[in-house]
Amino acid sequence: MFPPHFDYHRASSIDDALDVLERHRDDDPRILAGGHSLLPDLKNGRASPDVLVDIGEIDGLRGIESGVDVESDTDHGTGQTAIGALTTYADVLESDHLERHAPVLTDATRVLADLQIRNRGTVGGNLTAAEPGADLPAAALAADATIHVRGPDGERTIDAGEFLGADGSESALGERELVTEIRVPPSPTGGYAKKTHPASGYAMVGVAAVLEIDTETIADARVAATGVLEHAVRLTAVEDALVGERVDEAIETAAERAGETIDPADARSDDHASGEFRVHLLSTYAAQALERAMEVDA
Amino acid sequence: MTGPRKGENESEDEAGGIAGPARREDEALLTGRAEYTDDLRDPDAAHLAFVRSEYGHAEIEGIDATAAAELEGVLGVYTWDDVAASESPGVLPSSTGSLDCEVPAHPVLARDRVRYQGQPIAAVVAENRYRARDAVDAVAVDYDPLEAVVDSVEATAEGAPTLFDGAPDNVAATTDQGDREATEDAFDDPENVVDIELENNRLISSALEPRAALAEYDAAEDRFTVTMTSQSPHGHRQKLAHTLGLSERQIRVISPSVGGGFGHKGHHHPGEAMAAWCARDLERPVKWTATRSENYLEGAHGRDHRTTAELAIDDDGAIRGLRVETHANVGGYGLDGGASMPGWYGGLLSSQYRIPAIHCETHAVFTNTAPVHSYRGAGRPEAIYVTERLVDVAARELGIDPVEFRRRNLIEPDQFPYETPVGASYDSGDYERGLEEALELADYDDLRARGRDRDDGRLRGVGVACYTESTGGGFESGVVRVHRDGGVTVSAGTHSHGQGHETTYANLVADVLEIPTDDIDVMEGDSDSIPTGTGTFGSRSTIVGGSAIVESAEAVLAKARRFAADRLEVEPDAVAYGDGEFSVRDGAESGSGSSADTVSFADVAGMAYGWGVPEDMDPGLEETTFYEPDGTAYTFGTHVAVVAIDPETGELELERYVAVDDCGERLEPTIVEGQVHGGVAQGIGQAVSERASYDGDGTLLTNSLDSYAVPRASHLPEIETGQTVTPSPRNPLGVKGIGEAGTIAAPPAVVNAVVDALAHLGVRHVDMPLTDEAIWRAIRDSK
Repeated sequence: MFPPHFDYHRASSIDDALDVLERHRDDDPRILAGGHSLLPDLKNGRASPDVLVDIGEIDGLRGIESGVDVESDTDHGTGQTAIGALTTYADVLESDHLERHAPVLTDATRVLADLQIRNRGTVGGNLTAAEPGADLPAAALAADATIHVRGPDGERTIDAGEFLGADGSESALGERELVTEIRVPPSPTGGYAKKTHPASGYAMVGVAAVLEIDTETIADARVAATGVLEHAVRLTAVEDALVGERVDEAIETAAERAGETIDPADARSDDHASGEFRVHLLSTYAAQALERAMEVDA
Repeated sequence: MTGPRKGENESEDEAGGIAGPARREDEALLTGRAEYTDDLRDPDAAHLAFVRSEYGHAEIEGIDATAAAELEGVLGVYTWDDVAASESPGVLPSSTGSLDCEVPAHPVLARDRVRYQGQPIAAVVAENRYRARDAVDAVAVDYDPLEAVVDSVEATAEGAPTLFDGAPDNVAATTDQGDREATEDAFDDPENVVDIELENNRLISSALEPRAALAEYDAAEDRFTVTMTSQSPHGHRQKLAHTLGLSERQIRVISPSVGGGFGHKGHHHPGEAMAAWCARDLERPVKWTATRSENYLEGAHGRDHRTTAELAIDDDGAIRGLRVETHANVGGYGLDGGASMPGWYGGLLSSQYRIPAIHCETHAVFTNTAPVHSYRGAGRPEAIYVTERLVDVAARELGIDPVEFRRRNLIEPDQFPYETPVGASYDSGDYERGLEEALELADYDDLRARGRDRDDGRLRGVGVACYTESTGGGFESGVVRVHRDGGVTVSAGTHSHGQGHETTYANLVADVLEIPTDDIDVMEGDSDSIPTGTGTFGSRSTIVGGSAIVESAEAVLAKARRFAADRLEVEPDAVAYGDGEFSVRDGAESGSGSSADTVSFADVAGMAYGWGVPEDMDPGLEETTFYEPDGTAYTFGTHVAVVAIDPETGELELERYVAVDDCGERLEPTIVEGQVHGGVAQGIGQAVSERASYDGDGTLLTNSLDSYAVPRASHLPEIETGQTVTPSPRNPLGVKGIGEAGTIAAPPAVVNAVVDALAHLGVRHVDMPLTDEAIWRAIRDSK
């Protein structure tokens, strides 16, 4: 309710936004998209930028494009789906294409916050803010997404793990860079299971899973968790236990290994769930996510 | 009170919505036309904000307000020294009862020490609220932090930090209720004693609208108008007069639409008082609106007891005695009676049972936390929780079904009025009927027969809680004013902030005067226009305010009948009245020269204010009643919770919730139903998710809705309601209050259900809130 004083720029284009970021490079500029992370930070004094760059009106940053359907457009690579940074959660849920080709994103978005937030919040904003309990970072890791950004030095592509600091490092996004789109390779499977925090609505624990299945055998698995650490994280022990196993046998034993790679002492803790409890919940939610992924495949 | 009412407002169903009688107040509330305090626009208003203590316990070494005062648009920066130099005492009256110690009252701004995080230290007034906030950030406070204590038991331990020199053991008051010796005798056989140790979790009032005030000072009249979020306009007038050093006649308190209260908008806090003080100093209207976090920091919070209790039982399962010792955390100051409130906590410990001997020792304890005061339920949830948990534990240890154990000990219908050993006088009740009704609605025998395990791997439990609730204390004013055209304005000293008084009161008067409700306005919330009042809290408004209004309406009708008799030229006894028309009663001798067969209510109103009223009558048609009930009305009921628990994750699902309540006559069944739903929701919140939590330094960890878990609609089960009706003989309407019942019954019902589901593992008790982790740990630790 009482944000500090700031200058406000409404960017007319990506170039305009980058130009403002460059000109105000010493003023701690922040990008405003859906506002669901930034505005609470402003109101609570956790952020006090001198300049806000509102990218909400930029054409072309919103929408879902399927590479499969656009034969002439080689930019998207074979079969990849491009999701504009300003695409809202509601847009994601309305996309039949995503539900078929990246169901893990659809499944995570289904349980993301509430209707009002889904109408306003953006995919790019979610991954950039990467709140510790946000749902999409886990889904992006499981989906093997890449994040496309533009900055003063032009365009570049960042792997989701690097972008989200999934190994505990800082996010790879530069200060004067802007996320333009998120690309995901096609996968017919994918599921997300979430224990919602009773106060914040974020994930106390959320697990996303994508399986590649080759005639009853798991050829590849990507499983990631959110809510447990300060950043989303791949559950490699689960992945290792799945690959090469038969689909109908592997899930339960693999899911039991979900907590193996995380020390409860490193896990987030509050009055509703200690680190120990969050790590304990991982197995249950990993199993649920894997089962949901299988349902999609069936 | 039954049957269709003339002019009753039926809600529209054009959009396929829910049809049925709407509350009169709903349209304005739902369309955003209702005006709340912060909606009021006074172009000349300046804005107040507070510098609040960052520490739970600290000496203030210095306050540097220079930079803040120099900011453009800042009108004033005030500290305690400024208040002390003024003509106002500047303290909040500390207690409505007696304490065992001499401690200073809560100052509106800290003197030299802060005793809870969020305590106001300095006040800043600026041209707008943003600048006021900037100026708050510019005030530098130099603290010398002190060791803090936040737990009520630890605070009384040897060597604990002391808040006040006048209370070296931090005990504000110790109160005994019941008979200590008789209770000790009841415990002479240690074989048949069951005990429990439990915590009643601290809660934060989360009304939709934070507290707010707009204070105006008229220097010519030396008079204040304070528009504020008040459950008790006349109560706040009295308390503001105390803090400002004025007579009540110099203050007008207006309480417009208010978005929920739950108790804390009846208490006296620094914000509203300081707004008034600043308005006089600056001769400008001053507005203050709390942020959500400010509301969370400064309280008043609710509950927070740590209790040990024992039950003595005969071999045949009859309760012989109940012994309770509780430490009630009252926070950093006795705020406005908050420190003496625990003194009457023990009054409901008998719940619905014949307990020959009860003794309760209550320690009200200061700690470095926000002040604690009444919160929806206010002492009753704390007491009933103890008894209903203990009864459940006892039944299990005796190997008796908890319902059967309760049944054996219920007070019988012919025992009313029933005097409990802790001073309560129950007016009326049929406790067994309420219990049986709830069991039937819940299908209890079937639930028991189906057992704990189902094929989905989850554990089932059923919990029952019986309760009593004291309702309807104090007096209230009720005015029925008939205007010349027959329209009626009804007013009372209560204040509706969600309770639907406009509907209830208008219908009560329409029933007496037999005129359409559309001809009746209801007015509350203005201390100048309403003679006096006590306010809305403690489930009292319909009992006390409603009775006052009905008494006035009946007096108005009696006088109207005399006017009509004069016009009809008959004796008043010969006048019949129905549907707004007076006529000569059948068989009565009609007046010889009467020109009219009938005379309407509106005509009578015209006569009352016309020229030449009858010789033996005074003009006017208006009555004021000051009414106090003949004693407390005791609401009662039985609630049943059915839970399913995932043993792997501790996840709790409330599969069913059944509430059977007896609040005497139900004047407005829909409003009663709404009160039950809201109360149960709040009670479930306490049971499963809400807990105000401080760290050891007195920092509030749950300082926003991001961390303090108020239940959402999706967290709640369908609430299945039923009723029995046992009228109260202690008021003319036969009603009992229903506003708080759910907050009392739901916590023990839910906890009893969860423990029932886990009992086979050896779990005997789990403290609230029953988070998934708390349940998971209980299961794990039992193994």
